[in-house]
This record gives sequence, structure tokens and C-alpha cells, in this order.
Amino acid sequence: MQTYTNPVFEYRRPPELSGSTRHCGVVIVGAGPVGLAAAIDLAQRDIPVLVLDDDDTVSVGSRAICYAKRTLEILDRLGCGEPVVQRGVGWSVGKIFNGDQLTYQFDLLPEPGHHRPAFVNLQQYHFEEYLVRRVAALAAAEIRWKHRVVAVTRDDTQVRLRVATPDGEYALTCDWLIVCDGARSPVRHMLGLDTEGQVFHDRFLIADIHMATDFPTERWFWFDPPFHPNQSVLLHRQADDVWRVDFQLGWDADPEEEKRPENILPRLQAMLGADVDFAIEWASVYTFQCRRMQKFRHGRVLFAGDAAHLVSPFGARGANSGVQDADNLVWKLALVMRRQAPEALLDTYDAERVAAADENILNSTRATDFITPKSVVSRTFRDAVLALARHHAFARTLVNSGRLSVPAILADSSLNTPDNMVENEVDNEAFSGAMVPGATAADAPVAGPRGEWLLPYLGGGFVLLTFGDGISAAAARGLAQDAIPCGIVQVGGTPREDRVVIQDKDGLVAARYDANAQTCYLLRPDQHVCARWRTFDPAAVRRALARATANTERDIQ
Amino acid sequence: MIALNTRPNLAAPDEFYEALIGLHRELTEVQSALVNAKLILLLANHVGDPDVLREAMAAAREGISPPL
Repeated sequence: MQTYTNPVFEYRRPPELSGSTRHCGVVIVGAGPVGLAAAIDLAQRDIPVLVLDDDDTVSVGSRAICYAKRTLEILDRLGCGEPVVQRGVGWSVGKIFNGDQLTYQFDLLPEPGHHRPAFVNLQQYHFEEYLVRRVAALAAAEIRWKHRVVAVTRDDTQVRLRVATPDGEYALTCDWLIVCDGARSPVRHMLGLDTEGQVFHDRFLIADIHMATDFPTERWFWFDPPFHPNQSVLLHRQADDVWRVDFQLGWDADPEEEKRPENILPRLQAMLGADVDFAIEWASVYTFQCRRMQKFRHGRVLFAGDAAHLVSPFGARGANSGVQDADNLVWKLALVMRRQAPEALLDTYDAERVAAADENILNSTRATDFITPKSVVSRTFRDAVLALARHHAFARTLVNSGRLSVPAILADSSLNTPDNMVENEVDNEAFSGAMVPGATAADAPVAGPRGEWLLPYLGGGFVLLTFGDGISAAAARGLAQDAIPCGIVQVGGTPREDRVVIQDKDGLVAARYDANAQTCYLLRPDQHVCARWRTFDPAAVRRALARATANTERDIQ
Repeated sequence: MIALNTRPNLAAPDEFYEALIGLHRELTEVQSALVNAKLILLLANHVGDPDVLREAMAAAREGISPPL
């Protein structure tokens, strides 16, 4: 029995085949999670965007199944977080087994007072469907299914595409091209660009099985289990009673042989027991790589997601980092397209997301080296860690079955105004806590006109989060009327027309932002902190906003 | 090198050495390797200081190169 039938999206004959020509502001190649997120973000900013996809459906097979808290928060900003969370399966407990014994278990459950959970598991096809639906609700975005890019050329002024459809080929031009066409990225190849890094010599069998079972909703990871000796196995729940099983096979395995149901069944029966009733929904054999492009920006062509960088699946750092790419890129591109920021701002997309990709690749490579040791001594140390972890807490910190995706902290970004750059003669007491420049804004329960969580009040545009009512109406109006406006979200006080006023219900906003009576935080459109002060100074806010948009101060007023 | 103490620090060097060799008595090479690895991990955690550990690793590796 199949729990899911892929939808077929309608191919429409494009008007360009009947002689009309079209020049677009932005074209996105690839309607996967990253391309769709970018399209929604652009369309929400009223920037017309055309998405080209060579297929006419969502992901075939479940593929990326773990969506991290940060991804859910980004989706909330994009208007499609709720269905993903509702349909998804929340989990926070992970168990690590070595041989037939439980080595230890961990709980990712974060501190209370956050809207979104640490992770939800959901098949990629469901995830994409919700994003496709959101795109359909936005007038500025158009997806063209069965439109395959077959040639790309670029110069300093524009990008030229040739697009193949079932009815023939046509030409398109655009100012900006966002390439989200996945790990094999045909567009990257057409432009003669490559990725650099490491290929891991191992193969994994990945199978989705449908079974009604009372197994708990937890991530179970085995090193060297009796039912699959000397290799690792991962079991993870998805929506609709579908379970993901991941068997390490070794480099010598024959992918075509291993994919056959008659070869998968005995593996699953050995694992689940003979009396468990299940059906195989989808299976695939994969190898993986930890690689990235040297640069994610090539003039007017911007690469995002798997097209730009690849990691192993351990840690759920593929799709989650790709959605963060889109989140980082779109507000910058929007400012550049509106001539409110120089093109140099797009170089910071490259700098910030290359740094994030390196962090993901590092974590992913380390996990891979632990899960699949490359030498006898590496295996010995791995086994020593696992043996010690049963009784000694310190060794559990060394067990690495994947370090799960957390948002990148852009600590070294040139867009930040570091705390020590703040010039202020008044008390500029040092900050403590996690909200350093470059961090993503922490959520907290609030009361106010737009709901009960802090994050929906931040993002979209620049926001100054202020504590106390020390900002005058004139200053608030001034910031709101700048060329790049900055809205004010004030914590505490009575409602006012010139700003959004929210209440710190449980005191967690002040605690998480280490705030006192006049503290201010400047937040970027992607909810990253870029500057903070102990007192409000409109000139300092404008300097920081200029810096965060690669502008000079005069440009933004 | 400043963090790693390489001056004599063992109260009874002969006893320690005897105990270390005794630890491996009657073990296969594979078992011995596992015991050594566990011992290194336990001691590394006890030491904690990353500078000490880095210097100890460098001192252990000194003069040993992979075969050509």
C-alpha cells in the first residue's frame, strides 16, 4: 500500500513559444524546498519571480525528512509554517544503541517558551506541497512545470536562458538567476562551475516503510547491531505511519542489487522481527559527499541549497541549511533590485552562507568519520567511546551519530556592528547571553496585536526591538520614513500608533535579550541580530543599518 | 610548550609502569588496543585542558613519520 500519491502539476504552454519575449527580474531554477522558499520570500516582497522546474510534481520519495526549529521559524515568516508543523511528527528523544544494548539517550527538548519544537519529521513531498500551495496564493510568483533549462550564458548586464518544454524550446532573459536545482545542478555544469571537497566511500540503503506500530516517536541509531553487524542503522518516524530506515552497506555493496525488494525485506525482517507487518514504500541507495562551490555568487547568478553545497545526511543539515540560504539571500537581493543597496550586499550572501556551509560540512564530516571509521585505529577509538558511554557521562559527548542542525551564527559577518564598535558615552554595559550580533533572534511568549510569540513581530524588514518607552514619536517616525525603513517593536508600555507595542508575558524576552530599561536590538529582515545598544541613539541605529545593508549612512536616509 | 608537564610527576614510577603492563596481560592485540584507547579517553577527559592535550599529542607524535 502506498500512503502517498504524487500530484501532477499542470504544464502550460508558455507564451514565448508563440513569439512573445520576456525579460524577468528574477528567475529561480528548481522548485524544491530552497527554490520554493526563495520564490515565496520574493513574492511576499512584491517582486515578480518565475520558477522553472524540469518535473511536474514534488519530491519522489521522502528524501529530506527532518526539519529544524529554525526552518520552521523561517516558514512561519513565509506563511507556511503551521501546516508543516501540524502534519509533521514532533520528536525530541534520541537513543543510541551499541550492539544489542542501549548506550544512552538524549533529549533535544529545548527550554520552554518557544513556539516551534526542536524538530519535526515530515516527508519532503508533503513539505514541498505546502510550499507550492503558498506560492499559488501569491500573485507575484509563477511556477512553470516541465520547463527544463538547457543552456545558460551570463554577462555583466543579464543572464540568458534556453528552456526546453514538451512543446519546444524558448529563450528568456533575466537580471538575476537563483540556482536551486539540487546536488547534480545541471545549471552549475552548464556554467562550467564545480564543487570541491570530499567523497565518502560508503553506501547507504534508505527505505521508507509503512507500518502501524507502537514504537515510540524517537530517533534510534545503532552502531553494530546484531541484525546488521559491523554497520550502522537509523530508524526515524515520519508522518502517516511511515518510517525511515537507513542501513549502512559499505562501499562494496551493489546499489542495484540492494535496491531490490527481495534483498531489502530480509534486512528489515531481521531488524523489526518476523511478526511485524510492514510494506516498503520507497527505497534508494546513496553515497554522499561533503563539498561546496568555492563561491555561491557568480555575478548575476546565485547558487543556493544542494546546488551550492553538499553534506552527509547525518545531522539534517542539507535542506535546513538550504532554506537558511534562501532566507539570507532574498532580502539582500530585494534591496539590490530596488537600488537601495549596492551589489556588494550580495557578496555578503556568499560570505555568510559559505561560512555556514563550512560549519555544516565540518560537523557532517566529523559525524561521518565517527559513524564510518576509515582506519583500524579510528574504529578502535570509536568502539572505546561507545563502550565508555554506557557508564561515563563524558564519553556520551563524544558519541557522534550526527550533530543536528542548528542555525548558523554569523558572528564574523561584515554586516554586524560588533558590541565593541558601539561608541556611547553613556553606560554601555556589556551584554551576556546568546543574542550576540550574528545570532538568530530567540523566540519568547508575548502579548500583542500579532499573536502570542515574539518572532512574528520581527523580520520581513529591519526592526528595532526596544525595551521601555524611551523612543520619542519624532524619532520613531524618522526611522520609519527612511529610504530603508526601520519599524519599532517596543516591549512594554501602552499601545501607540507610531510603533508596535508588545508585552513580555513571562519576562523571557528581557531575560533572553539580557535587556534593561533602554536596551535596543537591531534585527535584519532575516531575524538575525546585527547590532545592540544599552541606550537608544537614532544616529547609531542609522549607522548600523547602513552597515547591515553595505551602504553608507547617507544612502539609507 | 608550556602547558604540558613533562617533569617527573609520578610518585612511584616503577609501580605505575608495572600496573600499565599488567593491565594488558593475556589480552589479544585487538583487546589491548581497545584498553589503550579507553585509557587515553579517560585521561584526556580528566586533563580537560585543550592546550595540554594538543601538546601531549604533538609530543607523542614527535619523530614519527608515516612510511614513504
